[in-house]
Amino acid sequence: MHEMMVAQNLLEKISEEATKQNAKPISAKISCGQLYAINDEALCFAFQAIAKGTTCESVELQIEHKPIQARCKNCDLDFDIEFSQPACPNCGGDNFELLPDAPLMLEEIEFQEE
Amino acid sequence: MQKINVGKKILSANEQYALNNSKLLAERKVLCLNMISSPGSGKTTILTRTINELKGKINIGVIEGDIQTDFDAQRIRATEAPVVQINTEGACHLSAAQVASALENLPVDGLDLIFIENVGNLVCPSAFELGENGKIVVLSVAEGDDKPAKYPVIFAKSKVLLINKIDLLQTKGQVDFDIERVKTDARKLNKAIEIFPISAKTGESMTTWYDWLLNSARQTSCTSKR
Repeated sequence: MHEMMVAQNLLEKISEEATKQNAKPISAKISCGQLYAINDEALCFAFQAIAKGTTCESVELQIEHKPIQARCKNCDLDFDIEFSQPACPNCGGDNFELLPDAPLMLEEIEFQEE
Repeated sequence: MQKINVGKKILSANEQYALNNSKLLAERKVLCLNMISSPGSGKTTILTRTINELKGKINIGVIEGDIQTDFDAQRIRATEAPVVQINTEGACHLSAAQVASALENLPVDGLDLIFIENVGNLVCPSAFELGENGKIVVLSVAEGDDKPAKYPVIFAKSKVLLINKIDLLQTKGQVDFDIERVKTDARKLNKAIEIFPISAKTGESMTTWYDWLLNSARQTSCTSKR
């Protein structure tokens, strides 16, 4: 349940923006790489629990998962990797390196109209 | 409806601490390894034997992460190595901020190598960079040989896989564990991963692990020399 720490950091970031905008946030879009192993349900549950009673309590989270990319060392191709069948789609080889994972990002916030 | 683009890293605070930790370690030319496994795989036993058997060759310090108790720190203290215990009070992983304050309480200047023993958990600790040079994943044979396939992230991210408790494989039928399957599955995810089957209890096959450690510590002290 490392989603709790992610939720805490997320709540801080959304609250900061809400103060700047002086408006009530109602939804937030976030994106994350697969290596963060974020479970949507766990993150939403954790966020709701800590956002209760704050200006962010009605924020709905939309979570986009970015695939992990790898670079094939045989044919230099960058491809989305499936952990269940890790192989280059071009040459079928398994000589690849993982590329840096997409970070956990707060992309967009929607606020209620006055 | 009013929408704004934010584009901010959610874990920027943790990343900043991790960056500071890694700068401090590079300046002091200390190798730092983040040890991750399920509870009970033998991380602390690996550390105590490693510290004792490398005494005089390399100075090792330890940061212990546990939800509760200082049992592990006591075991490290018995080897006379410097140790700092972090209690996460429920959190399932260490954060870079916790490691930063632990580093303040370790005699970093006198050390060649710092082990961070993370909270026992095969999933959560892999999501948080602490400023380490590399991750070491430990898998004990009693946990089963399907773990690289079931928990791919930590095997994909680690520099070394220690397969521990191989002494349990000596009596046939006691534990069903196919070392070759684990090696194949782990290398499918991570071609560069070093794999050392060991028994920290009996001391069997620990030498190749020690050689890797001594080499890596030597490289760190050379490359980061200013």
